[in-house]
Amino acid sequence: MDARLGFTALQSAAGHSDIPHPEPVVRLRDFTRRFGPNTIIDGLDLDIAPGEFIALLGRSGSGKTTLLRTLAGLDEVRGQDVEVPDSRAVVFQDARLLPWKPVWKNVALGLKGDRVRDRSEAALKEVGLGHRLDAWPLTLSGGEAQRVALARALVREPKLLLLDEPFAALDALTRYRMHDLVLSLWRAHRPAVLIVTHDVEEAIALADRVLVLDKGRIVAQERITVPRGERSAISGRLREKLLSYLGGEDHGEGVVPFAPIAEAAE
Amino acid sequence: MTVLTADRRGHAHGGVQKFSLARFGGRWLSPVLLLLLWELGSRSGLIPERTLAAPSAVIGTLVEMLLSGELPSNLLVSFARVAVGLLIGVGLGLALGLVAGLSRTGELAVDPLMQIKRTIPVLALTPLFIVWFGIGETPKIALIAFAAVFPVYLNLYSGIRGVDLRLLDAAKSFGLSRWEQIWHVVLPSALPSLLVGLRYALSVAILVLVVAEQINASAGLGYLINNARDFMRTDIIVVCLMVYAILGLGADWLVRTVEARALIWRPSIVEQ
Ligand SMILES: Nc1ncnc2c1ncn2[C@@H]1O[C@H](COP(=O)(O)OP(=O)(O)OP(=O)(O)O)[C@@H](O)[C@H]1O
Ligand SMILES: [Mg+2]
Repeated sequence: MDARLGFTALQSAAGHSDIPHPEPVVRLRDFTRRFGPNTIIDGLDLDIAPGEFIALLGRSGSGKTTLLRTLAGLDEVRGQDVEVPDSRAVVFQDARLLPWKPVWKNVALGLKGDRVRDRSEAALKEVGLGHRLDAWPLTLSGGEAQRVALARALVREPKLLLLDEPFAALDALTRYRMHDLVLSLWRAHRPAVLIVTHDVEEAIALADRVLVLDKGRIVAQERITVPRGERSAISGRLREKLLSYLGGEDHGEGVVPFAPIAEAAE
Repeated sequence: MTVLTADRRGHAHGGVQKFSLARFGGRWLSPVLLLLLWELGSRSGLIPERTLAAPSAVIGTLVEMLLSGELPSNLLVSFARVAVGLLIGVGLGLALGLVAGLSRTGELAVDPLMQIKRTIPVLALTPLFIVWFGIGETPKIALIAFAAVFPVYLNLYSGIRGVDLRLLDAAKSFGLSRWEQIWHVVLPSALPSLLVGLRYALSVAILVLVVAEQINASAGLGYLINNARDFMRTDIIVVCLMVYAILGLGADWLVRTVEARALIWRPSIVEQ
């Protein structure tokens, strides 16, 4: 059982501010992002607790990447109420390794202090690539490149790990392996994780909490209290539900109330 | 059936051998044939010596000039001209390319001037440079430098501007400072383009050298050619042309070697 998010805590935390922890690592209030006349993110509130694993679903163009870039500190926030931790790391859909640096130097990129190579090596061993330290990135397979990107993110020991559709380009089998890897790394290092994905199954398999973004707002969120690995029982129903939100049915204005799936948890 | 396959394979094998023979032997066939015809034409008197010396005569002259030290000493003079001109031109091109590539203000200041400079054919400046710098070494080196600036500038500048913004984003997301971003991401990604510019600069420098050396030189390959022209020594002229060609090949080899080392991460090179 995921100890931090006990069921009772959930019951009492129902409502708008549903975070049982006093100090969220990420805190957005009324965040808005526009590109010219288009409002992509519209008055969004978001709290992420330390160590929480969140999946962000949404149709293409709904602003998931835009939100993630804001959390990554890649876009200016211009005086808006945005709090993100200093130590954060991103894994993008394409691994974005520097092709002119061997793998271990990619992982070590920007690291300060001594023993940089050792730390890089340890991180690569953790993702199962200890044997490819000196390989050139262009010789890696897609899955290997993504694992290097994971190592590069984790070697910084971030408080917030942001993943933007990191496994979308991988085949199903590799994707499952990567899920296991991400979960074990998450258990070992306990960063707060926000993973953007198109894949409802992926969201259900990984997350403590699933958010659905549409028209610049979070239109639904589901907290999953069932331990990972025992989720097949609830996944069918939850999947339907999330898909219906994603399907673009009109849910009216504003935020859909938070609904824990209590029955499934029993 | 089996026999047929074996037979086929045998054929294919022969075909491959023939093909590689055609590639390696065949490439030399036509130049050698041309040389032979040329030699024959000279010996039979079809090609008068004042029009074009025979290959055998050219080789004899080459050996003679090498032994007397005439060729090495003049080659050294020409080589020094290219080297100094390139050093100045490439250096300027690097500096201007960095300034224009890395800052908006720099771009505004530098790029219009460089575009204007581009429209002026370098060799058309020869008379002006002679008026300014006289007929010594300075105008020759200045012409070479002037010609070498632009290819380096343009390729470095466009290389820097062509940096993959996604890689830059990744570097930013890991908290790299502006200078670290430039050092780890921008400059390495501009390197392939810069090397192309360098190769252009080298070949254009040799081209300009040939013309610049015609300016009243008292040493160098151009001086040798001018002298030979006055005495109708076509053999010496051909020897000098060969040396120019070798200079060009050497320059190309140099850049290739640098490329192979600097761009070792590229798949085409990695695969080898
Ligand atoms: N720099 C930009 N300038 C203008 N419009 C932009 C910019 N970046 C994103 N947009 C627009 O914002 C909207 C949301 O884009 P975003 O990349 O966040 O979508 P997404 O949810 O990540 O989609 P996908 O699932 O396809 O990746 C899109 O309509 C996009 O065209
Ligand atoms: Mg996206």
